Amino acid sequence: MSRLFAPEAVRQAAKRHSAMMRLGDANRRYMAGIAAFAFVVLCLGLVEAEFSVARMIVGASRLGDFAILMMPPDPGKSLHLYVFAMIDTLGIALLGTVIAATLAFPLAILASRNVLPIWFVRFFLRRSFDTVRGVETLIWALIWISAVGMGPFAGVLAMATADFGALGKLFAETIETADQRPVEGIRSTGGTAAQEFRYGVLPQVMPVIAGQVLYYFESNTRSATVIGIVGAGGIGLHLSELIRTLEWQHVSFVVLMILVVVAAIDFVSSHLRQMIGGQKPI
Amino acid sequence: MTVSLHHLPDRQLAPLLAAYCAAVAKRRLAFLLGSLVFVSVLVTAAWWVRFDVFLLVSRIGSITSYFSRLFHLDSGALVFTDPADWFWGFTPWIKKLGETLLIAYIGTVLGVIGGFCLCFLAASNLSGSRTRWVARRFLEFCRTVPEIVFALIFVLAFGLGPMAGVLALTIHTLGALGKLFTEIVENIDMKPVDGILSTGGSWTESIRYAVLPQVLSGFATYGLLRFEMNFRGSSIMGFVGAGGIGQELLVAVRKFYYSDVSAILVMIIVTVFILDMLTARLLKRLSALG
Repeated sequence: MSRLFAPEAVRQAAKRHSAMMRLGDANRRYMAGIAAFAFVVLCLGLVEAEFSVARMIVGASRLGDFAILMMPPDPGKSLHLYVFAMIDTLGIALLGTVIAATLAFPLAILASRNVLPIWFVRFFLRRSFDTVRGVETLIWALIWISAVGMGPFAGVLAMATADFGALGKLFAETIETADQRPVEGIRSTGGTAAQEFRYGVLPQVMPVIAGQVLYYFESNTRSATVIGIVGAGGIGLHLSELIRTLEWQHVSFVVLMILVVVAAIDFVSSHLRQMIGGQKPI
Repeated sequence: MTVSLHHLPDRQLAPLLAAYCAAVAKRRLAFLLGSLVFVSVLVTAAWWVRFDVFLLVSRIGSITSYFSRLFHLDSGALVFTDPADWFWGFTPWIKKLGETLLIAYIGTVLGVIGGFCLCFLAASNLSGSRTRWVARRFLEFCRTVPEIVFALIFVLAFGLGPMAGVLALTIHTLGALGKLFTEIVENIDMKPVDGILSTGGSWTESIRYAVLPQVLSGFATYGLLRFEMNFRGSSIMGFVGAGGIGQELLVAVRKFYYSDVSAILVMIIVTVFILDMLTARLLKRLSALG
């Protein structure tokens, strides 16, 4: 297909409208500067992280070997072990999410501007949520193991702690964005503060919050698969042991199992979320 | 001013009230049944993972004492009374923290580049069905396998050190951002693309001049948000020997160096706060830019 405009014609048009063409130049230089800086930092970083072509080649060939050894996925005689551990993982994710949501909800109410207009309570709670949220689930798992010992119990507590921060923040934001008109309506008919919350705010925020909790359950099944790496129960313990002992066929089976279960949970949870969204009042 | 409330006569009110009560009763019943199922699932799960509330309550003393010990120095004084002793290892830790940031940065940049290349192939409006299927499955695989699992495997393949962590983060970022980027690309206005193609432009040209101007700001937003998440991800890479501050933390927790644990955690949290703030400011400037 031939071009509609000859290059010469385009150049002439550009000359005619030169002012318009030059408009983006300052912006473009700025962007180029940022990109150059990012690139230089990247190169220095690659050197610092000891990247080298030789290491890449050796590593890639080893990865290739692993991939060949992984075929076909095979659990051997430990199938029941892995299935039970997977159920453990789901239990950890479920309990962790529910405990986190139960603890976070009342505190989130206190941390929202429209319900409790006391700034220092809000400030304190918000910063606590942020602090807890800033620490990874795996770090919490490590700490809880030291406090209560190894096993799924520590995993549940770790999950609950990490999510407590995240959910608290999300809940508080949700409650703050609730429409104030229903609340004013209830106040105008002589409702108490508790009734304002129960009939004015709660019906608005409940479906949103339920969706958020479901979403976190979904993402927690992913993180629950790895907290076993530090000894907090679930499939992660088996996975890390299998990788360290180079049982590649078992590794590929367990990874596949994780992928399938996570996909199934995603499917169910996203359907549930849509259902809740559909019932949303107001 | 007199106020009068209009009341319907009881005869008209009764059926309305009955209908309302029936509707409410139906909703309540559904809610009750749902809660019952939910609670039974919960109890089963608690039984399965041997989650013992009584154990928790009976051991609450040892748990609180563990957490309080985190904030006491070896001498028994509170950590805040002697910051110099608390942060005795500040120099090596800050170096490790720098390495953690570096891992997060390289992982994010490489992941953004990878996601950028793949998102056009995975978008339903720009690519054929077979290419799309392959690209999508690949992205799915990359983001569903947890990054720490990749790190475990890469440590065996590439050796201990930050390189394994960087590659693990890259793969995960590529998968996660690839999906988000694809969604942005699928939501663009297709008219400019048609315009370029109709003047005889190639597929690459249509992407450069019609798609990119529409999607770049969205890409930058997601990339920035990802950097913060990747910092938290890279803080645990050390658990499996893939570089960063995680190694120090693991040793401190395992060997019960209580005050070191809290010191390292404080450093991580402060860094997350700073990154949070910087990201928010950058995002604001980005949205002001258009």
